[in-house]
Amino acid sequence: MSVRTEGLPAGPTSRGRALPGAATQLLRYLPAMTVLLGTLVVWEVATSGPGRHVLPPPSAILGAFAENGTVLRRSGLATFYEALGGLVIGTLAGILVALVSSHWSSARRVLLPVAIASSAIPIVAVAPILNNWFGVLNPLSKMGMAALLVFFPIMINVTRGLVEVPPAALELMRSYASSDREVLFKVRVPNMLPFFFTALKVSTTLAFIGAIVGEFFGGTSEVLGRVVLQSLSSGRFDIAWAGIAIGSAGAILSYLVVALAERLVIPWYRSVLAAQE
Amino acid sequence: MTATQSDSSPAVAVRLTGVEKTFPMRAGDPTIALTGIDLAIRPAEFVSLIGPSGCGKSTLLRIVGDLISPSSGTVEVNGKPAHQARLDRDYGMVFQAPVLFDWRTVEGNVRLPLEIMHIDRRERDRRAGEMLDLVELGGFLSHYPHQLSGGMQQRVAIARALVFQPAILLMDEPFGALDEMTRERLNAEVLRIWGQTGTTVLFVTHSIPEAVFLSTRVVVMSARPGRITKIVDIDLPQPRTEQTRETDRYFEFVTEVRESLRGRATASASRTRAEGGIG
Repeated sequence: MSVRTEGLPAGPTSRGRALPGAATQLLRYLPAMTVLLGTLVVWEVATSGPGRHVLPPPSAILGAFAENGTVLRRSGLATFYEALGGLVIGTLAGILVALVSSHWSSARRVLLPVAIASSAIPIVAVAPILNNWFGVLNPLSKMGMAALLVFFPIMINVTRGLVEVPPAALELMRSYASSDREVLFKVRVPNMLPFFFTALKVSTTLAFIGAIVGEFFGGTSEVLGRVVLQSLSSGRFDIAWAGIAIGSAGAILSYLVVALAERLVIPWYRSVLAAQE
Repeated sequence: MTATQSDSSPAVAVRLTGVEKTFPMRAGDPTIALTGIDLAIRPAEFVSLIGPSGCGKSTLLRIVGDLISPSSGTVEVNGKPAHQARLDRDYGMVFQAPVLFDWRTVEGNVRLPLEIMHIDRRERDRRAGEMLDLVELGGFLSHYPHQLSGGMQQRVAIARALVFQPAILLMDEPFGALDEMTRERLNAEVLRIWGQTGTTVLFVTHSIPEAVFLSTRVVVMSARPGRITKIVDIDLPQPRTEQTRETDRYFEFVTEVRESLRGRATASASRTRAEGGIG
């Protein structure tokens, strides 16, 4: 019996040479962390002069957090809620259409060109329409924006993952006289999962963009998009940047959650990638 | 080659009668991939199909396995139509690529056909373990396919094909992508497994030494249109070993198959190893 070392090919030497997990991780991210910290320091020093109004130094943005904590927290949560709702709706819709279009090739011939053509729609222009449809104060109008942005990458990638199965794998399943259902659940779906997670990671960011763009076109005031616009109009760039920072943090957090889910759901995938390098 | 006549139908594992396959072309006449194929394979025979690319040997294998249907003619497997044989899970398939699923461990891949056939869990694990022992991969149950070498992956594919004890093993150039050393080792392994399981094997290859070493009969095919030009009985003694590859008889058969492939009259079966050193 063999014990598999997580994420590493189970070669006999891989464990002996490897550093302890935490240290390896730290070393791997050290360059990125250094660049990030360096940027913050340069930013702080460079903006401490007269230009500080438009691009305030990080310390001033931190100050804005402290000063307007309640509003920023509530706005962040509201926008997070909209983005998350849109992510869920767009993902479910994308999976549903992908399942339909992958199962019936006639549906694929109709749906895919339509979907690709409609992805050319400038989504920003749709925001006022959605506000109008769902009601400007209804969070669904912002979720709709997020969902629209999320839908395409999910749908296209999930369709690809379901359809792009090696022909020999299908012949193999056919030689077992397996049903369509078994082909779906034992071949197509597992084959699709890496495609899905790749799309989902992109979609977390898109969901925040969609929600915030929707907020720009009106709605409740305690949301990130409104906070940014209002603080700009009152010349408070520090609060605007704090709002943007919260939005980024939300998107990064969602990304990390998806990345973690990916590791848990398809643990084999990381080592496949590693083996291909 | 009078063997086919002495077979009564239950003693025939595969019987092809007048099989023809044409593929429609977008422009012009349809391509005739196979024509006039008559072949009977007895149970526990090891039959190789050999021929140049485009001779339809893989197509023929797929017709036997009911992965595609012939344009005309009949395919009987264990006395049933090929379609029924597939539904009865009479076929174990091994392709040129191992076709293992990345998301399943080695054991999980071997268990797959048993899951589809609703064999209960304990039995599945037992048989998968047994089969992996048979291909000498007992220590790699929980590895993932990409952690194995190409030769090991192909052994997993063989274990998977045999795990449900199919009546017929269909192998489509299973070692075509492997280096010569690995190929010879796996040839010996396939023979050992064939000896232990008594499965009927239909084996597609374009390697002459491989076909001669493995087979009880070699079916030589030619292209455009794909048809059987000669059937060579390989009566080398069993069990065959690495020494078999060095006997004069072996080289004579290699020569005979080669000349059949060239479409030459083969009065030269007794000629000695003029071109030796193959394999």
